[in-house]
Amino acid sequence: MSTALPGETLLAVENVSLRFGGVRAISDVSFDVVKGEIRAIIGPNGAGKTSMLNCINGFYHPQEGAITFKGVKRPKVKPHEAAVGGIARTFQNVALFKGMTTLDNIMVGRTLKMHRSFFWHLFRNGPAMTEEIEHRRKVEQIIDFLEIEHIRKTPVGKLPYGLQKRVELGRALAMEPDLLLLDEPMAGMNLEEKEDMCRFILDVNNTYGTTIALIEHDMGVVMDLSDRVVVLEYGRKIADGTPDAVKKDQTVIDAYLGVAH
Amino acid sequence: MSTAEAASPAAALPGWVMPVAKTLAVIAGIAALIFALVASGIAPKGSWAHKILAAPFIEMREMPDLLVQTLWEGAVAGILYALIALGFVLIFKASGVFNFAQGIMVVFAGLTLVGTYELLGRVGLTGMPAAYLALLVTLGVMALLAVSVERFVLRPLVNQPDIILFMATFGLTYLLIGIGESIFGGNPKVMITSQLGLPRGAIDLNILGGRVTLQKIDIAAAVIATLMIIALAIFFQKTRIGRALRAVADSHKAALSVGISLNQIWMIVWFAAGVVALVTGIMWGARSDVSFGLQTIALKALPVLILGGFTSVPGAIIGGLIIGIGEKIGEFYWGPLLGGAIESWLAYVIALGFLVFRPQGLFGDKIIERI
Amino acid sequence: MFYREAGQYKTTYAADMAVFPIRQDRIGIALILLIAFVGIPLTANEFVINSIMVPFLVFALAAIGLNILTGYTGLISLGTGAFMGVGAYACYKLTTIFPDLNIIVCILLSGFFAAAIGALFGLPSLRIKGFYLAVATLAAQFFLQWCFVRVPWLYNYNASGAIEVPQREVLGVIVTGARAAPEVKYLVLLSIVVLLTWIASNIIHGRFGRMWMAVRDMDIAAELMGIRMLPTKLLAFAVSSYYCGVAGACMMFLWYGGGEASDAFNINQSFNVLFMVIIGGLGSLVGSFFGAAFISGLPTLLKFGLPAIGIPIGGAFAEHLTHIFVGGLIIFFLIVEPHGLARLWQIAKQKLRTWPFPY
Repeated sequence: MSTALPGETLLAVENVSLRFGGVRAISDVSFDVVKGEIRAIIGPNGAGKTSMLNCINGFYHPQEGAITFKGVKRPKVKPHEAAVGGIARTFQNVALFKGMTTLDNIMVGRTLKMHRSFFWHLFRNGPAMTEEIEHRRKVEQIIDFLEIEHIRKTPVGKLPYGLQKRVELGRALAMEPDLLLLDEPMAGMNLEEKEDMCRFILDVNNTYGTTIALIEHDMGVVMDLSDRVVVLEYGRKIADGTPDAVKKDQTVIDAYLGVAH
Repeated sequence: MSTAEAASPAAALPGWVMPVAKTLAVIAGIAALIFALVASGIAPKGSWAHKILAAPFIEMREMPDLLVQTLWEGAVAGILYALIALGFVLIFKASGVFNFAQGIMVVFAGLTLVGTYELLGRVGLTGMPAAYLALLVTLGVMALLAVSVERFVLRPLVNQPDIILFMATFGLTYLLIGIGESIFGGNPKVMITSQLGLPRGAIDLNILGGRVTLQKIDIAAAVIATLMIIALAIFFQKTRIGRALRAVADSHKAALSVGISLNQIWMIVWFAAGVVALVTGIMWGARSDVSFGLQTIALKALPVLILGGFTSVPGAIIGGLIIGIGEKIGEFYWGPLLGGAIESWLAYVIALGFLVFRPQGLFGDKIIERI
Repeated sequence: MFYREAGQYKTTYAADMAVFPIRQDRIGIALILLIAFVGIPLTANEFVINSIMVPFLVFALAAIGLNILTGYTGLISLGTGAFMGVGAYACYKLTTIFPDLNIIVCILLSGFFAAAIGALFGLPSLRIKGFYLAVATLAAQFFLQWCFVRVPWLYNYNASGAIEVPQREVLGVIVTGARAAPEVKYLVLLSIVVLLTWIASNIIHGRFGRMWMAVRDMDIAAELMGIRMLPTKLLAFAVSSYYCGVAGACMMFLWYGGGEASDAFNINQSFNVLFMVIIGGLGSLVGSFFGAAFISGLPTLLKFGLPAIGIPIGGAFAEHLTHIFVGGLIIFFLIVEPHGLARLWQIAKQKLRTWPFPY
């Protein structure tokens, strides 16, 4: 595990607030993600964690506050622009392309890296085919890394949940992102699958140096994996620090266990 | 869930008031702009700008009787669109099925009614008793249709994606066309208007310096449509089945888990839609004739639904009126500029224009996408 | 026994990514093409070519077009008939304005006009989804249909209001018009269909096909992967309409030989093609052929097949029966196999691989 070095800030969230009509989903939250670290976002249900990720990759637009990515303050960024900028993510409820095979799903992740024009694709020959094969090779590396060779040509809709989550991780990895957002990567998994997933996350972080921000409910996983943790409750930030510090924080304990009034 | 229905009497304004007010404001703004254009002489008489922007309005002011006549005809067409849309809404609310076959159900119901009456005539029964006997038989047929649709289409397709169910109703459309044509033949039939005791003839009103003709059957259509909508509203709001219907609309699984029988609800809803279809078929048949040509006109219920939203009964009515009046006015005042017969597509273009600016429809809430 | 892929090793990614990775499939395709190009023109009579093969090929092309939009990109369109019409009228105008241009080139070019119109009416698809989009395409259908009647320039101010197919020769052989031989028309049409099917298969197996399917399966996720919605959807509309347009042009020039187009390109035609796609299989090229064969062949079969085996049947009743059959089959297929004939074909092939053993 990489240790929390005070390195270069990759992503800075400053005073972000998000409302839906009268409902405040996020109020005045600030935190940062340093290059190369694993950053966890935790909090009880409805704390605004997923909304936070949605703001980061441009799916929601906060009414107030600023998000700075790679040193550039972003105005209203569109989801695909965030992807071009190097942000990839997985989803709480698996959002795979159900009718496509594992291979095709991960190949979609390579879309941004492929540039051959429509004209060449008409013939599936020449430059277009060369490019397809080159990216197929990259995708095979990811498939190999995630140990999903046997389901390469299976439509993902037919896969069990744990494998679907793994394919989804593969699809995000295929984008070669600078920042990888994982929304509950271990939800609904059994112990063994969780251990596998932890291993993959750590390997991604170590081998490719990918910065990771993840939401997770399994406290054991969070405390083991992450370098720093930010805790949200009712859309507010209530704690931020190393896993050990957060674990001892009284407000965090109150939020999770409830307070005696 | 429609906000208009959820609002308690204590709530100050129903949800649709603001959008309607905004629309009116926009229309007023455009009117002012046109007036300014004409008054300032930018668009002289005879120019295209004048023909499009000013002449129709001047004509409206100079011949108000024609305007009233056009408005009335638009409103009547609108009510009939709204009736078809109502059938859609009923089914969509309760089963989430976009029932493409509603239009053909209208034709089918009308055909069955007339066809049965003709059959009764062969055994010597005519006049009003036969007409009402035929009506009863038709109700029975619609009930049978509801039961079979539930049993043979919906039940095997439960939990399939919406699009599959939507396409299944395409199949139902063809099936009904085929069956209807095989039994009753493909020729247009005359609706048994007077035998059912419906009024015929017209009332001439001398107002606004001209004459406005109202068909009695149109007035009857408006009255019956209103009564039916009130009855449906009471049914939805006040009865046990109505409550169950709304529960099913929100979530099939949740409704099942509290012991609501989906099959029963679907049957009731399809039967209700069948009754609406029958009423629509009678009214429409009385205006023209009963034929399968009606199905193209029935497609106009789709833009109505888009305006009014798929789940809102008042939406269907107001949407129907907007489309009906909009296309009649458009056809009468602007149609000649384009060579006429623009009625065939105007409704869709109106709906398309609305959609681009308000994808959620007139009365829908802003869509929050989740992931 | 004979349909086994055992022993066929793929040693390159290119071989694994081939459209037909199994040798027997390649042989099968070659056989079918041989029969279609050589066997049928030599053996079939005029009735088989004109009433069965030509309609089948025209509709197959249109079904491929709609399948690209509805099956692969997940956008429902009820405007197929109108887009076919745009192709037909564009081809007519092209042959009028450039009388010396090769007719086959005209037909292929006419698709581009349909593509442009299709993309135009596809613009709302960015904001509108599902059923709403279906209604938007109805606007295209009825508006274009109206244009076909009300804009006399489109039909060269003919008194009949119909397209009059001129006689055109390619390399000295008459291809269109009343004097063209059915075999020639058939072969030209077949060549166009084979070429365009090959191209469709190429697009679908490449990056653009994957982008379309991603939009179909989960548009939000696709957008977060960096796929821009508007260009992707518009491309699907354009390519789809291109195919429909060429199909429409072929319909008028190689099948009908002219006629009242507002009937050929009306809303019922749109439904017809949609049913082909549903019954054949959404998102399957081979399914488009199955669906087209089924829906275009069924009426002919009922009309001529039943009397042939001794069941007398009137023309009108055959038509009603077709409606009942088609309607019933759509419901049947959606219940039993929502993926259509194409999936049944796949299952059959899977069974064949292990035959005569059950597993």
